[in-house]
Amino acid sequence: MLDCGLDMTSTLNFLPLPLVQSPRLSNLPGWSLKDGNAFLDKELKECSGHVFVDSVPEFCLPETELIDLSTVDVILISNYHCMMALPYITEHTGFTGTVYATEPTVQIGRLLMEELVNFIERVPKAQSASLWKNKDIQRLLPSPLKDAVEVSTWRRCYTMQEVNSALSKIQLVGYSQKIELFGAVQVTPLSSGYALGSSNWIIQSHYEKVSYVSGSSLLTTHPQPMDQASLKNSDVLILTGLTQIPTANPDGMVGEFCSNLALTVRNGGNVLVPCYPSGVIYDLLECLYQYIDSAGLSNIPFYFISPVANSSLEFSQIFAEWLCHNKQTKVYLPEPPFPHAELIQTNKLKHYPSLHGDFSSDFRQPCVVFTGHPSLRFGDVVHFMELWGKSSLNTVIFTEPDFSYLEALAPYQPLAMKCIYCPIDTRLNFIQVSKLLKEVQPLHVVCPEQYTQPPPAQSHRMDLMIDCQPPAMSYRRAEVLALPFKRRYEKIEIMPELADALVPMEIKPGISLATVSAVLHTKDNKHILQPPPRPTQPTGGKKRKRASDDIPDCKVLKPLLSGSIPVEQFVQTLEKHGFSDIKVEDTAKGHIVLLQEAETLIQIEEDSTHIICDNDEMLRVRLRDLVLKFLQKF
Amino acid sequence: MDPECSQLLPALCAVLADPRQPVADDTCLEKLLDWFKTITKAGSSLLLLQENPCLVELLCHVLKPQDLSSRVLSFSLRLAGVFAAQEDCFQYLQQGELLPRLFGEPGPLGGAAWTAPSVRSGWIQGLRSLAQHPSALHFLADCGAVDTIFSLQGDSSLFVASAAGQLLVHILGLSMQGLAEGHPSLQAGDWPVCAQKIVGHIEESLHSTAVPQITQALNVLTTTFGHCHDPWTQVLWVRLSPLVGSLLEKDPVPAAHSLVDLLLSVARSPGLSSSSCGLWETLAQTLNHLSPTQAGPLALGILKLQDCPQVLRAQAFVILLQPLACVLKATGQDPGPSDVLDSATGDSLTVDALLSSKAACVGLLCRTLAHLELLQPLPQRPCPWPQEPLLGAAVTLLQLCRGSASPASDVGRHLCALLLGCVRVQRAALDFLGTLSQETGPWKGRVGSFFMSVSGPQELVTEVFAVLLEYLRSPDSSPTVLKKAFQATFRWLLSSPKTPGCCDLEPHALLVLRELLPVLQKRLCSPCWEVRDSGLEFLTQMTRHWGGQAGFRHALLASEVPKLTEQLLRDPESYVRASAVTVMGQLSSQGLHVTPVSPEHPGGQQKSLLVELLHILSTDSEGFPRRAVMQVFTQWLRDHHADVAGDTEQFMARVLQVASQDLDWEVRAQGLELALVFLEQTLGQFHSHCPYAVTPPVAAPAGPLAQALQPLCRVRLFEFAFRALFDCDRPVAQKSCDLLLFLRAKTASSSGSLQESRSGPDVASVEAALQRWQAGDQGQPLGDLEPEVVLAVLRSVDLEGLRGALAEGSDHMEKSPQSLLQDMLATVGVLGENEADCY
Repeated sequence: MLDCGLDMTSTLNFLPLPLVQSPRLSNLPGWSLKDGNAFLDKELKECSGHVFVDSVPEFCLPETELIDLSTVDVILISNYHCMMALPYITEHTGFTGTVYATEPTVQIGRLLMEELVNFIERVPKAQSASLWKNKDIQRLLPSPLKDAVEVSTWRRCYTMQEVNSALSKIQLVGYSQKIELFGAVQVTPLSSGYALGSSNWIIQSHYEKVSYVSGSSLLTTHPQPMDQASLKNSDVLILTGLTQIPTANPDGMVGEFCSNLALTVRNGGNVLVPCYPSGVIYDLLECLYQYIDSAGLSNIPFYFISPVANSSLEFSQIFAEWLCHNKQTKVYLPEPPFPHAELIQTNKLKHYPSLHGDFSSDFRQPCVVFTGHPSLRFGDVVHFMELWGKSSLNTVIFTEPDFSYLEALAPYQPLAMKCIYCPIDTRLNFIQVSKLLKEVQPLHVVCPEQYTQPPPAQSHRMDLMIDCQPPAMSYRRAEVLALPFKRRYEKIEIMPELADALVPMEIKPGISLATVSAVLHTKDNKHILQPPPRPTQPTGGKKRKRASDDIPDCKVLKPLLSGSIPVEQFVQTLEKHGFSDIKVEDTAKGHIVLLQEAETLIQIEEDSTHIICDNDEMLRVRLRDLVLKFLQKF
Repeated sequence: MDPECSQLLPALCAVLADPRQPVADDTCLEKLLDWFKTITKAGSSLLLLQENPCLVELLCHVLKPQDLSSRVLSFSLRLAGVFAAQEDCFQYLQQGELLPRLFGEPGPLGGAAWTAPSVRSGWIQGLRSLAQHPSALHFLADCGAVDTIFSLQGDSSLFVASAAGQLLVHILGLSMQGLAEGHPSLQAGDWPVCAQKIVGHIEESLHSTAVPQITQALNVLTTTFGHCHDPWTQVLWVRLSPLVGSLLEKDPVPAAHSLVDLLLSVARSPGLSSSSCGLWETLAQTLNHLSPTQAGPLALGILKLQDCPQVLRAQAFVILLQPLACVLKATGQDPGPSDVLDSATGDSLTVDALLSSKAACVGLLCRTLAHLELLQPLPQRPCPWPQEPLLGAAVTLLQLCRGSASPASDVGRHLCALLLGCVRVQRAALDFLGTLSQETGPWKGRVGSFFMSVSGPQELVTEVFAVLLEYLRSPDSSPTVLKKAFQATFRWLLSSPKTPGCCDLEPHALLVLRELLPVLQKRLCSPCWEVRDSGLEFLTQMTRHWGGQAGFRHALLASEVPKLTEQLLRDPESYVRASAVTVMGQLSSQGLHVTPVSPEHPGGQQKSLLVELLHILSTDSEGFPRRAVMQVFTQWLRDHHADVAGDTEQFMARVLQVASQDLDWEVRAQGLELALVFLEQTLGQFHSHCPYAVTPPVAAPAGPLAQALQPLCRVRLFEFAFRALFDCDRPVAQKSCDLLLFLRAKTASSSGSLQESRSGPDVASVEAALQRWQAGDQGQPLGDLEPEVVLAVLRSVDLEGLRGALAEGSDHMEKSPQSLLQDMLATVGVLGENEADCY
């Protein structure tokens, strides 16, 4: 199984979970059907024309119906965003396999899960809505609830216990490490350049190579650069996890982010940045580190609020081997690789686990707050939205591309604060993909259908699709796709003692052949040629032979033949041996030698010779021996 | 030649002729040659050689087989040419057979030295100088030089090849000169042998299949028609035009670029009657045969011609517009009612050229836009000018580059993919769009206002502003593109029609401005300093034009722009600080720098800008912001800015004190400019005849001269000016000198009213201090000066002499020929230790 991501956009259908009681949210009117029927008004609330489920947020799990997940042997994880559904799979499906991921992926993935669990568990909600999921009722609901798919499979958030159990099933791997999977294939993680520890995977046998490229970046940010060279010579390259916003250039967006931040703060407003506790935030803090002095923002406090803020900032500093070259060299100086250490030291950046406690006493405005969750449905961000939403001086800047910012803002309407959308997605865009594919030259590319056509809203943008030769094979949800290659060869090892016994004969300069008589031993998808057991000496029947000691009958082996038959010489030989009235006919594949007198036909082709005579075995054997004279035997 | 130089010359010639003493520096030889050229221009070369036999010896000596450096050999060839330019001297050198030995087969031409490009170049330049008289022509013919020049046209060194071509043109002109004077007949058959040989060679080259040879021939012809306009050139063209025309029959047309140059050169030549020699037909034919990329420059050239048949102009204009017409067609837009653009649409060659590759597409579009931009302001540009379709094309191109256009056709989608994010096309299109704002033809005046007209243009102008705003808003616009977008926006705002009798922005333009200001606010906070700087420049331009207008003022003051601008005074980038200083100075002058008055400093806010600017002047580590502050202060003083007018003397004293200590000479020079303004204002009414008088002065001095000079003394203007007089930077000293001379002239007629104390102790001490300053010891201040002392000192200092000395170049002492010769000798003498330039 390749990756194990969690679709969190389902949470956008739910009301936010406020950290402190919100009169506005609790007083929202219940929703009733057009005919006035109000039986759903406890479950559904209306806010500014949108309807939301008033319940604990639920998540959309990966497809579980198509295959029996208990039969999955291995899960390969690309990056920490792509493992958020892991507890659902490992704990509730009978999964008994192994999960492979790099150390930073596991550690930061743990932080993301911990934050998620914490956000949801710390504001327990008594109510759980399920009535609306009834298919007959769902039909009557307004969009987008009406169009939500697979709502019956939506699940509440997992617990910390489940997280720990899931993570315990992960086997840590390092870049370029070769991992044998049941002898059948070897898998290798490669740096994908997107996030700390993010990986692309190579799955290869001795003769076939499949690359799985997911969430990769060619931009110079904090992680180790993408390893492109190792992806070369792939039979198939499975490509996914491209940028979600191909039209937004990350550089431009960072500039936009800084400009809007400065503009707001200079006018006395506060800036709210809904974000994940790891990833782009490191780059944003680095940009701000360079920018705040130049923009005269040195006195503005930057707050990072997350239950895992401290761990995230500290983890980033210790994964030196997973960082880009510049940051790695800093470690040897020794200096912290990320400049947020200095921001913390100089008190420009302060981090808190929650807005309760120390934060309340330190809090000073105007300020910039980084906090989660980017969906605006849970986490400390909900409080800041409620607190700052009423003033047009304040700004919320969306940098995470996973959620539609308009949908995220829907339950906060009407909103006076300014909203800026600066999605920063450093993953590959289509131009970079073209360059990558030209460089790597896989025989076939396999990708989601969406990548093979321009976005529906911009159908003229031929640049916003994968353009490669041969055209990429696309797949859609629940489609079963046969990868375009066949396994034609297996590698077989030969035991040294058997190899010693071989007597090769040179049949062409540089090419030697030898016949082998051996036993092919196959176990765990590995094939070994072993010397054949010696024929057992007759023991005089004193000892009974056990059935397991039986060896296959070693028949007298016929020699192998090679070479070609020169027709003219063969005819001459036939004549010498008394055959007359010989006629030779050329055919498409070779020749036919007709012995008219003997009513016999010798069919000579490139890879076969047939002697067709009418029940005259003696003649056939004579002729066969004449044919064999022209061939080499082993 | 002066005797000193004559004395040094033999030694120098000996050094030059000695291969063991190589001359390290080429520039010395160049200067030496220049000097000889000056001497020979002024007098007889023959006399010079006779008086200085060492020169002929040098020329003879270089011919000896030896290991002489190529630069000396090249120099000698050029020197010989300079001397032989005068016919008597030529004859003199011929007597000794020196010239054939230098320029003929026996000379470097046949030797190993010929492999050096500098020698070949020297040989050509020598002949170029020499070929000034009929004897030279015979010489060239006799020594077979012309054939060598033919071969040098294809020399591996571009300099040599180009010089060879030019020499051929020169020789052709020289030989035809004699014909034109002596023979009225212009038949080609009567031409001198030399000219016939050259023309024959050109014809042969034009027949050739080798492109380089054709290019050489075309280049020679281009230069000929460009430089020589005698009647024979028409005969030459009539003779060669069929050959030139035959080039068009080849596919692809060889040396198309050179061919275009030639045809335009012929068309521009006043010596040719274009209509009688079939030139227009050839031009029309060429336009049809060249590829769209090659035809563009020719089309532009044709359209720039003053007298040209209308049909040809129309054809050229169609060719020029074709790429833009293709863009419009590909994006499904109607090129509009213009016949010109309509007829330009169907060219499949242009479409192919556009779509062949990104580089070709970008190149063709950028060239087209640049050509049209050049054409637009010319009086001879095509009429009617298709303003609307051109605007539409520029807007469409900008949309294609942003991906905001949605073309329906395949060609359009392909174009979109090629142009997406292309900064070059964006820049060119924005420049062109800005140029189109200048349009003042019937289109603009047709309906009073762009925005209020009933149909057509107003929609386009709305689109123009929309696309400009799109660019200004886009996070993906590169800093250079943004700068161009700001410039184009300003030009369009500027061109919006004004209500009669009112300079304010037109109502729709004001709406645009209201959308623009939030964008500007954000750009002023950009992390990229170039963007902040462009934003400030844009604001400066706007404030300069509409700072006094109510609509603009209201919109600006309602925005955060002034406040943000003030914060940029502390920007880490010095260019931005400088721009912010300029804008703030201007905003303040216009009364647009209004910050909320704090209770602690009622009414003190305006002062704070002055204090802040003074702070920048005294402490900023970079020169640009300090220079900008000085310019703002000067402008404030001129405008009688309230902050300055309140206590001008204190302001002046403070600024001059800070400026005098500035390490940047431009700040000190600007300080003198400020001092001059103050001086003019102070003395303005004292002498109403002063041409620089500013009226009304701030503090009109009514009393006698001494009283008038008192404020200048109080602000220590004289100490500043005298100190600047001996400034180590010449422009400062010159400016100070001018200022003091101006003051002396102003006070001259009135000095009688003052009790001069020329011999008094104060004057003596000031003069002594000045002498010390001149000597470099500027430590001691002058102290408080009395007007009388100042006047006395002004008269005692030799300001005219000083001005004269300052007007001389800093190297005027070292620039003499004698110094050059001495330096060359000295350099050679100490070559081992010092290889530096002799200057």
